Amino acid sequence: MHHQDIPLDVVVDIYTRVLRIRRFEEEVGRLFRQGQLPGFVHLYIGEEAVAAGVCAALTDQDTIISTHRGHGHVIAKGGDIKRMMAELFGKATGYCKGKGGSMHIADFEIGMLGAIGIVGGGLPIAVGAGLSAWYTDSDRVSVCFFGDGAANEGSFHESLNLASTLMLPVIFVCENNHYGEFTPAVKAMNIIDIADRAIGYGVPGVVADGADAFEMYRATRAAVERARGGGGPTLIEAKTHRRGSHAEGEEAFLGGQTYRDEAETAAAQAKDPLLLLHTHLSENNILPAERLETLDAEITQLVSEAVEAARNSPEPEIESLYEDLWV
Amino acid sequence: MPRKTYVAAIQEALSEEMRRDPRVFLIGEDVRIGVFPSTRGLHAEFGDKRVIDTPISELAVAGAGIGAAVTGLRPIVDLMFGTFLYLAFDQIANQAGAMRFMYGGQTKAPLVFMVQNGAGSSAGHHHSQAVQQFFMNMPQIKVLMPSTPYDGKGLLKSAIRDDNPVLFLHSLSLGGKRGEVPADEYTIPIGFADMKRAGSDVTVCAAGPTVYTALEASKTLAAEGVEAEVIDLRSLSPWDKETVLESVARTGRFVAVDESFPTCSAASEWAATVAEEAFHQLKAPVQRVTNRNVPMPFSPVLEKAVLPSAADVIAAVRRTLA
Ligand SMILES: Cc1ncc(C[n+]2csc(CCOP(=O)(O)OP(=O)(O)O)c2C)c(N)n1
Ligand SMILES: [Mg+2]
Repeated sequence: MHHQDIPLDVVVDIYTRVLRIRRFEEEVGRLFRQGQLPGFVHLYIGEEAVAAGVCAALTDQDTIISTHRGHGHVIAKGGDIKRMMAELFGKATGYCKGKGGSMHIADFEIGMLGAIGIVGGGLPIAVGAGLSAWYTDSDRVSVCFFGDGAANEGSFHESLNLASTLMLPVIFVCENNHYGEFTPAVKAMNIIDIADRAIGYGVPGVVADGADAFEMYRATRAAVERARGGGGPTLIEAKTHRRGSHAEGEEAFLGGQTYRDEAETAAAQAKDPLLLLHTHLSENNILPAERLETLDAEITQLVSEAVEAARNSPEPEIESLYEDLWV
Repeated sequence: MPRKTYVAAIQEALSEEMRRDPRVFLIGEDVRIGVFPSTRGLHAEFGDKRVIDTPISELAVAGAGIGAAVTGLRPIVDLMFGTFLYLAFDQIANQAGAMRFMYGGQTKAPLVFMVQNGAGSSAGHHHSQAVQQFFMNMPQIKVLMPSTPYDGKGLLKSAIRDDNPVLFLHSLSLGGKRGEVPADEYTIPIGFADMKRAGSDVTVCAAGPTVYTALEASKTLAAEGVEAEVIDLRSLSPWDKETVLESVARTGRFVAVDESFPTCSAASEWAATVAEEAFHQLKAPVQRVTNRNVPMPFSPVLEKAVLPSAADVIAAVRRTLA
């Protein structure tokens, strides 16, 4: 892991994004276990470096599209933790006024075009965001996050081919955490690297270490340059690891059934993206130990304020069902 | 009679039919582990060939089911959530839903599509829509939506034995519901309603989770001296028009309760049929109770407000009495 070609402010920025996601998700996990959150919750713990590295290489104008496991993407793009938390509680003050929930957070002001609960549902829309950039001669790029599982949906294949034939500024970021729910990726495809699929569509396919936020940043920066230069789409496959359950509450749901290899999981967890960054920043004296601590404390404080605010926020009014239907 | 959960009843139907007929197999995402717990344990008994985990590829999996069916097998295709049927729509609507007719009777597609349908888990629009009405609209697909463990088991067995494509909708919110399930072998024929409660003042027709909504409403109404006849359709396509019309002939009032978006809902079909065929027996206009006409919201407060409630049913019944 090295940061030689990355400005120091960006290095710190990437670290801050990772830390924000981690502290947010840890709190969400606690809240879910306490029975305070409705619906399904899919945490991003272990995968933070992917969203942080990718989004640090984007401008505010660039857009992203996310998945059911979307909290990290929103935070990495600069989303407001308070409005996110309120949405998870289903409150009127949430990003989507309680109508979306964990799997459907969006912030169009910052180019976060929405999280999507349908696996593979985001890829075609990302192509469309790339299409509009091309159409309007904008140098905006469109990024789509999706999982290894999503790479087996027809939408993946159609979207790569469409973006490629129209040479659109789209970056497909496949978060290969090696599982789709309880099925290992190796049992759902007979290849190791999803990036290999790109060649079939005439698209460059790149494999990056999803635990290394700097590598994710560099891979994205290269893809962004290509896209802005009219070179068309790129597929970046981030090898990553989901630390916990597919969805929270999984252990009770599975009733003792297991599906992950313990040794493999332990090895992957040893490569914790937050720990790697923290070590890198301290060992290279990028931030003094004291600042590392206060930064963490500030973020933790921000998250607990968000929880407090969400708890104290009103439930949506029933009449709000009829708002936001038509323009 | 032993009391079992809905989930356990479905599990029995699947395993009994797989034991009975080696052509029956189960295919879908995570069916071994069982995202819907009814498929749990089947892999241990039947092995890799008959309990097949697939990639996340609904269109291909649905189509593979059809291809296997027209070449002699009897697949049960588990597509997890009702909303994921949208990804397989082409294969179901254009292919399974027409091929026997389109090819002049040369083939048949004996397969079951199985999903959990509808709301109740606060999972937002992508996981909470009820989808029965889309498939009722297809002339060559049977649609089942049983509300009890007994009906679930009996109808699923009939679906598996049926020589046509059948969509079996079970509800996430009913999975833990218990009811009597006979130990002895039985099936329930497709296309017959079940009279849940006799009454002389108004006919209330429902299916799946709304059966309980209707029954709850009938208790309050009874306390007010209004006797509602509650009919559980169980089978939405084909549906038991005769039982409904016979009831309306006695009560003269009709309320259709259905969890789906109102336009072209199942309730619309029932109400239109009653208006068309029992017009002269009606003492009041037919009434529909459905979801509110908005996408499914995440917030539990809003989700509850969108779904048909006992209060909505009571209000509709009162309108027929006014
Ligand atoms: C079309 C569709 N099929 C199935 C599901 C159920 N489901 C939700 S998440 C998931 C696994 C997705 O795996 P992957 O794309 O690898 O993302 P990950 O959860 O690993 O981040 C599945 C099958 C869904 N939401 N949408
Ligand atoms: Mg995955």
